[in-house]
Amino acid sequence: MNGAMNFRSRLVPLPINNVDTDQIIPARFLKTISKQGLDKQLFYDWRYDAQGQPKPDFILNQRRGRGAQILLAGDNFGCGSSREHAPWALGQFGFRAVISTSFADIFQQNSLKNALLPIVVPADAHAALFALVDRDPDAEVTVDLASQTVTLPDGRAVEFPIDPFSKHCLVEGVDELGYILKNEAAIAAFETRRVGSINTLA
Amino acid sequence: MHPPTLIEKIWDAHVVHEQAGAPTLLYIDLHLVHEVTSPQAFQDLRERGIKVRRPDLTVATTDHSVPTTDPSLPIVDAIAATQVAQLETNCRDFGIRCYGRSSERQGIVHVIGPELGLTQPGMTVVCGDSHTATHGAFGALAFGIGTSEVGHVLATQCLLQRKSKTFEVRVDGTLRPGVTAKDIILALIARIGVGGGTGCILEYRGSAIRALTMEQRMTVCNMSIEGGARAGMVAPDDVTFAYLCGRPYAPKGADWDAAVARWRQLPSGEGATYDRSITIDADRLEPMITYGTNPGMGIPVTAPLPEPSQVADPLQRDSIRKALHYMGLEGGRPLLGHKVNVVFIGSCTNSRISDLRSAASLLKGRKVNPDVRVMVVPGSQQVKRQAEAEGLPEIFRAAGCDWREPGCSMCIAMNGDQLQPGEYSVSTSNRNFEGRQGPGGRTFLASPLTAAAAALTGVVTDVRTLL
Repeated sequence: MNGAMNFRSRLVPLPINNVDTDQIIPARFLKTISKQGLDKQLFYDWRYDAQGQPKPDFILNQRRGRGAQILLAGDNFGCGSSREHAPWALGQFGFRAVISTSFADIFQQNSLKNALLPIVVPADAHAALFALVDRDPDAEVTVDLASQTVTLPDGRAVEFPIDPFSKHCLVEGVDELGYILKNEAAIAAFETRRVGSINTLA
Repeated sequence: MHPPTLIEKIWDAHVVHEQAGAPTLLYIDLHLVHEVTSPQAFQDLRERGIKVRRPDLTVATTDHSVPTTDPSLPIVDAIAATQVAQLETNCRDFGIRCYGRSSERQGIVHVIGPELGLTQPGMTVVCGDSHTATHGAFGALAFGIGTSEVGHVLATQCLLQRKSKTFEVRVDGTLRPGVTAKDIILALIARIGVGGGTGCILEYRGSAIRALTMEQRMTVCNMSIEGGARAGMVAPDDVTFAYLCGRPYAPKGADWDAAVARWRQLPSGEGATYDRSITIDADRLEPMITYGTNPGMGIPVTAPLPEPSQVADPLQRDSIRKALHYMGLEGGRPLLGHKVNVVFIGSCTNSRISDLRSAASLLKGRKVNPDVRVMVVPGSQQVKRQAEAEGLPEIFRAAGCDWREPGCSMCIAMNGDQLQPGEYSVSTSNRNFEGRQGPGGRTFLASPLTAAAAALTGVVTDVRTLL
């Protein structure tokens, strides 16, 4: 897991609202039974033309699209399907955080389970970050999970929310399934109280 | 203290454990599994040496990547074939019932759950698919999950969940001829936007919702996620019970009576309050169609396209401009009369028997435009058999449509059923994202009636002119 999760990086701006998971990774790449090898398929139809050649005007094909760990996206990032392939692909490409004003619910939960930090910032800070990369594409910001801040080069620190449990899991490397399994007694007790269950094996 | 809502009642009845500072551990009554979002979860279980806790609350089918051609033939796409075979292996190894390609119960996961009576009021239902919201039509709390969570449910039958806000969608009045359940949900999403329901669970209420059949309620709830809401629900009533009675997994005899008595307690109490509320006047709704690249970009079919220069918000203006550019459309002009290459009638939104009947009612005795390729894909083997018993395939074929085998098909274009770059479809599915129906393809979402109208004329059409 990511441990303390403090890192400094350039930002890759993607000033588009409502980026859906079909853009993040098109459905035709979901026929895989593996979690691996998805970095090549990230934003595939925006990144490559019909012949599979990189489109030079797409940011991930430009110098500043490479080696950065933070995607700066428009509102409501990750809407659409529940495919966890979306955060898998973003993470495998090298992103450790996405900054937006809002995230779709399922994408946000999927990201947190894969050490991809969905950072929600207020609209003014969001605009300031886009202005920053406009002025200086090489500007770096620091993301610090412990203090829940994104720090701009001028020293301005923007706080972001994260629920305490997800933060604890990310910082301590807690495995959620392991955590749930520890509740075996409560689960078993609940099962004795259930009424009117179906039986799919009947 | 206000009386609890439907949503709160179901939530409270499924709390396994609560701990300060952690999400609630919630029990899951029904877990639906398909080939695309499950293989990595089963692999995790194998690596950890964990069994599936409740195979009796789990059921699988193949829908997303299966061809809609003769199921007795092997799957040509080797990667898809491997994925389908992997699901069958996983189900065998972990003791899960799988309604695969050779099963007479195979179909789209959100079609077969309800039709088999697996989905019942008051349940918690999950699936690694965002359109799990469909099952909320029964007064179940049903939502899509990612593959990690699929693993959690397989292993523990539980999920860590945070309570969502409650969002009342009140639809009162009477739908006019040619206006359908699909138009209600497209109108709602056009109003609240694709992020409008984020963090919320929708509850659809009001006289127009009560007047809908179960299949129509499923169409509405199905697209809740397109408004950003993980779940959308309708409180159960006599329509719900009549639909469920006698279905294979529905309770029988005294169990049925006890179940109905329990289910009658589920609706929100008089005076229950919601975090948010919105009202839609059914009488004023028109047939809807989307013009853009997300389901919130919808207009009445007779309305002009939005003019980006008249949109105040810059990012919103850019979104619409970018969408119109992708779609090859010009702002301010009408969409009516725009050329259509393909019509797709199917998907977990609109592939049930009443959807097929609705399309067939318009196509009967007519011919589709010779320039339009029309695919009709029933939602399940059971829907297909019912359609055959009613003579619907003959109506579709006589009109010039292609009648196919059940699956997700061109809604998600994973199985070879897809648009060619630049082609326009009118589709009864749920997503018009760029490339959703094939790279470069352009999708107009609409009801089965509006889709059938476009099939006949070859252009975007107001179905009311053909009724």
